[in-house]
Amino acid sequence: MKLKGTLMKRSNWAIPYALFLVLFVVLPLLLIGVYAFRTNTGSFTLVNFTKFVQQTETLNTFIYSIGIALITTCLCILIGYPAAYILSNSELTRGRTLVMLFILPMWINILMRSLATVALFDFMHLQLGEGALIFGLVYDFLPFMIYPIYNTIQKIDKSYIEAAQDLGATRTQVFTKVIFPLSVPGIVSGIMMVFLPTISTFAISEILTLNNKRLFGSIIQDNMMMSDTMNYGAALSLIMLIIIAITTVLSSSDSEELNEGGLI
Amino acid sequence: MTVPADEKDYIIEVDHVSKSFGDKQVLDDISLFVRKGEFVTILGPSGCGKTTLLRLLAGFTQVSEGSIRLQGQDITAIPPYRRPMNTVFQRYALFPHLNVYENIAFGLKLKDTSSEEIDKQVRRVLKIVGMTDYEERAVDSLSGGQQQRVAIARAIVNRPQVLLLDEPLAALDLKMRKDMQLELKQMHKELGITFIYVTHDQEEALTMSDTIVVMNKGRIQQIGKPTDIYNEPVNPFVADFIGDSNILNGIMKQDRLVQFMYHDFECVDEGFQPDEHVDVVIRPEDIYIMPRNNSAMLNGTVQSCIFKGVHYEMTVITDHGYELLIQDYNQFEVGQEVSLIIKPSDIHVMRKELNSNRIDGTMADATHVEMLGGTFECLPTPGIEAGQDVTVTVQFPKVDLMDYTDEGAASGTVSFILYKGNHYHLTITTDSGEDIYADTQDVWDDGDIVGIRILPEDMTIQAR
Amino acid sequence: MNLKKILAQSYLYLLLLVLYAPIAIIIIYSFTNSGSIGQWKGFSLDLYTNLFTGQAQHSGTIYAAIANTIFIAIVAATCSTLLGSLAAVGIFNMRQPWKKSIQFVNDIPMINPDIITGISLFLLFVSLGITQGYITVILAHIAFCTPYVVLSVTPRLTRMNPNIYEAALDLGATPFQAFRKVIIPEIKPGMISGFLLAFTLSIDDFAVTLFTKGSNGLETLSTFIYADARKGGLTPELRSLASIIFVVVLVLLIILNRKSSKSVKEQ
Repeated sequence: MKLKGTLMKRSNWAIPYALFLVLFVVLPLLLIGVYAFRTNTGSFTLVNFTKFVQQTETLNTFIYSIGIALITTCLCILIGYPAAYILSNSELTRGRTLVMLFILPMWINILMRSLATVALFDFMHLQLGEGALIFGLVYDFLPFMIYPIYNTIQKIDKSYIEAAQDLGATRTQVFTKVIFPLSVPGIVSGIMMVFLPTISTFAISEILTLNNKRLFGSIIQDNMMMSDTMNYGAALSLIMLIIIAITTVLSSSDSEELNEGGLI
Repeated sequence: MTVPADEKDYIIEVDHVSKSFGDKQVLDDISLFVRKGEFVTILGPSGCGKTTLLRLLAGFTQVSEGSIRLQGQDITAIPPYRRPMNTVFQRYALFPHLNVYENIAFGLKLKDTSSEEIDKQVRRVLKIVGMTDYEERAVDSLSGGQQQRVAIARAIVNRPQVLLLDEPLAALDLKMRKDMQLELKQMHKELGITFIYVTHDQEEALTMSDTIVVMNKGRIQQIGKPTDIYNEPVNPFVADFIGDSNILNGIMKQDRLVQFMYHDFECVDEGFQPDEHVDVVIRPEDIYIMPRNNSAMLNGTVQSCIFKGVHYEMTVITDHGYELLIQDYNQFEVGQEVSLIIKPSDIHVMRKELNSNRIDGTMADATHVEMLGGTFECLPTPGIEAGQDVTVTVQFPKVDLMDYTDEGAASGTVSFILYKGNHYHLTITTDSGEDIYADTQDVWDDGDIVGIRILPEDMTIQAR
Repeated sequence: MNLKKILAQSYLYLLLLVLYAPIAIIIIYSFTNSGSIGQWKGFSLDLYTNLFTGQAQHSGTIYAAIANTIFIAIVAATCSTLLGSLAAVGIFNMRQPWKKSIQFVNDIPMINPDIITGISLFLLFVSLGITQGYITVILAHIAFCTPYVVLSVTPRLTRMNPNIYEAALDLGATPFQAFRKVIIPEIKPGMISGFLLAFTLSIDDFAVTLFTKGSNGLETLSTFIYADARKGGLTPELRSLASIIFVVVLVLLIILNRKSSKSVKEQ
């Protein structure tokens, strides 16, 4: 009888998943913190963090990654915003097919897309390197910028646009005074989906630069893969996590409603 | 509508305007003239085209046919941002990224008004709408009523020549709505701006307007002062839509004499054909009810009696079986035998548009006619051949309605119900988009999907 | 006005061209038997026949990788769908502050870059002393797929009449019967898109798998391709494989999209 009562309450149906989340999401993230402050033998230490600040190579890669990520993000906004705007404007385009074509590449394995970029550069006889890296990253992440912006503009209540026209705004003014300010949450969410993954990318930079340039993700991966530098790797992951946390908190105030509606 | 002496009095002239979205005609030949400073209400049920008409005036949609003039200037092709009119939107449409002050200043800023002037104007309108000290508030922190006031302030700050209001009070609760009605009326008086107000609430329309425009199915039914619309409705739709009413079939015996409910009544209407079929409207408060006596015109029995606050609302079944709605300050017990009196001036007689259905069709063969989107069986008519275009006449009571669409030769949706005292007069919009009418004792609801059956012997077929 | 439209359209099509050119090149060069892209040696289906007759360089490993990928995706997507649908109903009916906190945790795997998810799970398995292999990869995939299932089921719940579950109980159904006969039919479209989404995500995953697959030789397609690319240059047969995968993913997404645009129309 008691079991039946427990089942009856629908809120209890989430208990299995709640336990699962604790075990496979919360606990693992805490473990990153635990490992970051430990030596190989398990005693408490801060050496992993001092090593990060002192080892110029890692620090340089870190700064370089942020630079590359910034450039990639800016390019994605510059190229993606007009595309998203055109796609959401029913006077300029029709139908969902075009939108779908833009979103589709999002679902193709990022390794494959990077290899395809290499193929394109080979085909055009272009040198792989930094240029290829930035092109590849923009190519990989552009759909992730277009989609949230498109989604936000799409959801802007038509009556805001009419109200602005009614109050005397021309087409250009409707855009600058209403549509653009209201689409900012979409841009913020796009930045989240481009900037963070770019810093943490690994494998892609090696493929696109023939191992010449490495991003922060690659350093983390290298250290994680060897048991004697695992704790250092955990410390680098923790730094990454802190960046994620800061960016998320900064942007969440603007983009609360964005998670509705799913990805497709 | 009364014709004004000078045409220059008109601020807005809507001239034979029609509007279609694809195949669907939403407005059908609308002509409307609005005088400067007038409070005009466009009233009608949802889907009657009233909002479309307002959007045409604001410039958000373009007319399919006809023209719109503002102070004699053709503005049909002028975009909304260049029309000196402002709109108060149904759900306010306040910009969520701007605060109260910035919302109100939006239009002024676009006109490059100096910031001192903007400041002065914003404060002026905030005072008018009673929202002083709310400048810095975020719009989503305001209640519905407050948002409504900001929306009005945002519109009137631009000193428009015409203020368009699209069901502005629909989202407010009853108490708030009543208060805002009075405030809007007061604002209209003080500002001297022409108001064009769209609503589906007849009471709101009667309370606020100088002129009411009643619309249904994309057409204007009647234009007039609130008292005229209430006392002299031109057709059963208007009579039914505005206030409570008893609508009955009658026959005009001669000038000032009309027969209905098996009784001849004196009335004040003239100019009908002898024995012309008419609709008679009597408002429930215009029927005098008293204990049974022999000098009265009608006798009946009280069937129900409900206390409505000020008056009692009763239904009385007459001895001839007609059901009447009556409002009176005195209470009569259910089952009590009563007598009724109706004064000649309280009887309003309306010309009937149709006495029977006249349906356009085409003969499929000698015994089948295609009409209303289906094929009906009919009797062979001499001289009518297959393929010929015909008009089929069917009396209203001869149209049978079926629960299941496949039981009828055609199908449709009940779109309007009129109780005629002893039967229902239904309008059915067929799937082919035509209207046909049926008289029935059965109870149907608005929106019911029905099959339509007509017996072969009930059709009269003529060549078209 | 018209010029504006032409400009806008050309911009979109130019972007699409750039977006699809690399994929197109891979597909084109999958039909020629040459060592590297850019070198056309006449039309041939060799790369496809090699792939299926087992004559490619690492065909054994390729087969195993394909089988592993599909197996893992099916198991992970099924588990995620069941777990996530049940959870979505639970979360939807929860009260604050529990609702907010579980939604917050549910968002974490979607916000975190794959590498962080991978590393955190890697550390979990290492510290629990679990040998990594199929089980760990599947658990990891369930962990990052389920949030998306929750996300695609929730909108259906929002649209559902809140009283129908109570109505079923009132008419004598047990909670389980009510779930099966009343709630599942309502959220089914969301569950199906959730499943397809989870399946696609699982097939696509690279980073999480890399960190949780262990060192006992378990490879999925992504990790195999990664290893192959690392050795320098792509095995030519992978071009035909990649083309097949592109087409499969494309078809899956079109189905998914049709479903969702249909449900949009139904509204």
